[in-house]
Amino acid sequence: MAQIDQSKIRNFCIVAHIDHGKSTLADRIIEKTGLLTNREMQAQVLDNMDLERERGITIKAQTVRTIYKAKDGEEYVFNLIDTPGHVDFNYEVSRSLAACDGAILIVDAAQGIEAQTLANVYLALDHNLDVFPVINKIDLPSAEPKRVIEEIEDVIGLEAKDAPLISAKNGVGIEEVLEKIVEKIPAPGGSPENPLQALIFDSLYDSYKGVIIFCRIMEGTVKKGTKIRMMATGAEEEVVEVGYFGAGQFLPTEELSAGMVGYITASIKNVKDTAVGDTVTDADRPCAEPLPGYKKVNSMVYCGLYPADGAKYPDLRDALEKLQLNDASLNYEPETSIALGFGFRCGFLGLLHLEIIQERLEREYNLDLVTTAPSVIYKVYRTNGEVIELTNPSNLPDPSEIDYMEEPIVSAEIMVTTEFIGTIMELCQERRGVYLGMEYMEATRALLKYELPLNEIIYDFFDALKSRSRGYASFDYEMKGYEQSELVKLDILINREEVDALSFIVHKDTAYERGRRMCERLKDEIPRQLFEIPIQAAVGSKIIARETVKAMRKDVLAKCYGGDITRKKKLLEKQKEGKKRMRQVGNVEIPQKAFMSVLKLDDK
Amino acid sequence: MENIGKIMSLYVHIPFCVRKCNYCDFLSSPASEEMKEQYVQALIHEMEEKREIYQAYQVESVFIGGGTPSTLSTEQMSRLLGTMQNCYRILRDAEFTVEINPGTVDREKLVAYKTHGVNRLSIGLQSADDGELCRLGRIHTFDEFMETFQTARELGYENINIDLMSGLPGQSRESYRQTLEKVLALKPEHLSAYSLIVEEGTPFWDLYGEGSQENGSGERNIHTEEKPDTEESHDLSLPDEDTDRMMYEDTDRILAEQGYHRYEISNYARTGYESRHNTGYWKRHNYLGLGLGSSSLIDNCRWKNESVLAAYVNQNGICEKKEQETLTTQEQMEEFMFLGLRLMRGISYQEFDNYFHRPIMEVYAAPIQKGIAEGLLMEVEEGGETCLRLTKRGIDVSNVVMSDFLF
Repeated sequence: MAQIDQSKIRNFCIVAHIDHGKSTLADRIIEKTGLLTNREMQAQVLDNMDLERERGITIKAQTVRTIYKAKDGEEYVFNLIDTPGHVDFNYEVSRSLAACDGAILIVDAAQGIEAQTLANVYLALDHNLDVFPVINKIDLPSAEPKRVIEEIEDVIGLEAKDAPLISAKNGVGIEEVLEKIVEKIPAPGGSPENPLQALIFDSLYDSYKGVIIFCRIMEGTVKKGTKIRMMATGAEEEVVEVGYFGAGQFLPTEELSAGMVGYITASIKNVKDTAVGDTVTDADRPCAEPLPGYKKVNSMVYCGLYPADGAKYPDLRDALEKLQLNDASLNYEPETSIALGFGFRCGFLGLLHLEIIQERLEREYNLDLVTTAPSVIYKVYRTNGEVIELTNPSNLPDPSEIDYMEEPIVSAEIMVTTEFIGTIMELCQERRGVYLGMEYMEATRALLKYELPLNEIIYDFFDALKSRSRGYASFDYEMKGYEQSELVKLDILINREEVDALSFIVHKDTAYERGRRMCERLKDEIPRQLFEIPIQAAVGSKIIARETVKAMRKDVLAKCYGGDITRKKKLLEKQKEGKKRMRQVGNVEIPQKAFMSVLKLDDK
Repeated sequence: MENIGKIMSLYVHIPFCVRKCNYCDFLSSPASEEMKEQYVQALIHEMEEKREIYQAYQVESVFIGGGTPSTLSTEQMSRLLGTMQNCYRILRDAEFTVEINPGTVDREKLVAYKTHGVNRLSIGLQSADDGELCRLGRIHTFDEFMETFQTARELGYENINIDLMSGLPGQSRESYRQTLEKVLALKPEHLSAYSLIVEEGTPFWDLYGEGSQENGSGERNIHTEEKPDTEESHDLSLPDEDTDRMMYEDTDRILAEQGYHRYEISNYARTGYESRHNTGYWKRHNYLGLGLGSSSLIDNCRWKNESVLAAYVNQNGICEKKEQETLTTQEQMEEFMFLGLRLMRGISYQEFDNYFHRPIMEVYAAPIQKGIAEGLLMEVEEGGETCLRLTKRGIDVSNVVMSDFLF
């Protein structure tokens, strides 16, 4: 391809609250700029994984390059970088934003500004992006574009009077958006002559090409044969190929130079070497300093993953290995549980990340999994001065050896309609939230600010929030830090034997309540067996709650009428199948779903 | 003449009744006279069409069940029985049972059955308490049953079974004991005593199925854990678990005192009157099912007949075999165990060896040892043979034991 005039490049992303139509607009932009014919166009090109399409969320950053012939007669290169849409992936979002020069803010014409709208738009403004708003879903009967425009101006302080009113779904107003991109998004800066400085905003493992680095060239030029160095990880390799992002395909090119967005391959074997946020430079002619903002991403939430069938342990290990090739933020280490056998302690960015990995393991690798209760990382200060980062509750030292403990705290913002303020405040209180303040967005909506312990929100906070606000509350949070807290380990004893996989850390004030509810839940989940089974919750040696599963009295088939043996055999087979889905703990059989059902304790 | 040939039993299904009982999930429903006649014709046609295939088999027992076979008219039943006698080689001393319900039989019908070789009656009584009968949705009273029973005796039926049920809505241990006593006074040769199981798809499921404990086998044991303390309660709840089990134990004890022994989980007989037909099911003898939805086992091949009435009638009784399967050796072993264990005698190690040419311990050592350790199974030496049978506790939870013998 001929030299591209830097002034004709537009690097941008779309920011929005979940469900406000980000991916749909991206599809329309691609469609209207003629990159794909309608026939090639599968709904939501950018969401690659089935999971993403099903859940309507973007998990990995996706990028596409397309050419737009504007009304001024010029051809422009659009690089659209679709960012992940969830708080779990905040860091990835921030790096994707750093690769852009501007952003389109989509706001739903009916729902208006939501918690993530705010979080994302502030994130974009923090990165000095030029942001222009677009009002989507004007086709909805409940659309109130006027009100939403006012809201954007009042709350965010962004000029919105001439915001395009569009319906991405029906393809209304897309031309206007395209013209706005040319007009409002600045052309990239940088010089092709300077030493290479490129920002990694994502990477992908391809079994054929090795790691494919997604990057934005800030300064300099990179081409085949350039010896590159990742400044943070120190990895060095020779470039094998550079290119652009077609829709769902990689298009090789001669070189990438300042202002461009594209990919680099260099026979790198591990995505860990190409950390998101790192700077790629020329090893022979390095830039003076790396780009700002790189940080190592740490797992926030841990849980044990075990194969339902113990013999599948090697399969689980292989599957995790493969997933990790593409997901540097997934950590895992082998661990053993008395109840569940061999498995892995896995670290995730958050609960959604956990769920995604779990689902992918089950779907793409056909594994049946047992998951233990997710846990955050606690800091345990021992009396001997040692500090442990605790990811598995079973490893908590004896209380006599603990000086004190700290737990992670997040700052949360909850957007809620005024009628639910009371209920939601109550929920936050129950979850040990500290109220920081409230801002009215408009007469009927408010933004509640809380500090919440992370371990109170990783279980079912989001579900509780939605159900108690009839779906109207939206929620966003970021890590604040660690604070000292009175924490205890709650153990569950089944038939007087401690089940390590059910232990978890809890604040001492909520231990009794949680213990009681867990016993109740387990009583419902554990089927009657040949003997009576006590279920107890204990803190240390003190039993704080108890339930009993009575012994099975009768389990007998009545008549086999008219010699219909097959039907009776099917019943026995079902029983046998049921047993297979049980975990033997001592001499008690515990259904696998019992290990997971205890996570959902909010039944209001 | 000693005729050396293969042996089988015949089961004939009559899927009609006057009114469907509240607990019933069998293939049966009320039908018009016209439909019944069409069915009888299709069934006769089926018997005739299949006669050639089964000429090599001698019939050691016949069971005409339902539904309520006695809802058919005397003439219809005579045609059926006559055809059967013509088409199949029924042994002279075969056990020949018809299932009847009080309220649907009279002297004339019973006479006709007898003329066609019927020598055993199975009467559905369920309870001697009219209130309990009413709640079950039965169409008869205890007095009507008495009349039927006495008529049968007068006509010379010397082998009669009575069906009873325990664990019924509103039933107390006392009322059940009275049922047993009233029935025993009649000195039947055979008793079937079932404990009610609430099956999905029945009116009882809607009444008692909700909120009850799932027992893992798809059926539910619906007895409440604790019984509310109301004196002389006429409440319609099901007896609690303990009462239910006591009723079961009462059955065993009271019947034993009167000279009946339990030979199968739910069946009792005076010596020599054990049902040969039913025992055949547990011992995996051959049986041919005729009529709607009936099951067959012939030479280790199982199948079922068409179960949609309209389809059966339209195809004049000649339908494709359903769910046909030839049992593998493993499946035969499974059946040998879980069916054989229903018999109180249990299964004989020697018989297993003879049948499969493998010692049982090579196949089933683990579940046998487990069952014995848990007190659910026991080994007994009897007549020079080692038998494996259920203990009392093993009977109560026999599904748990039996499912261990599936591969």
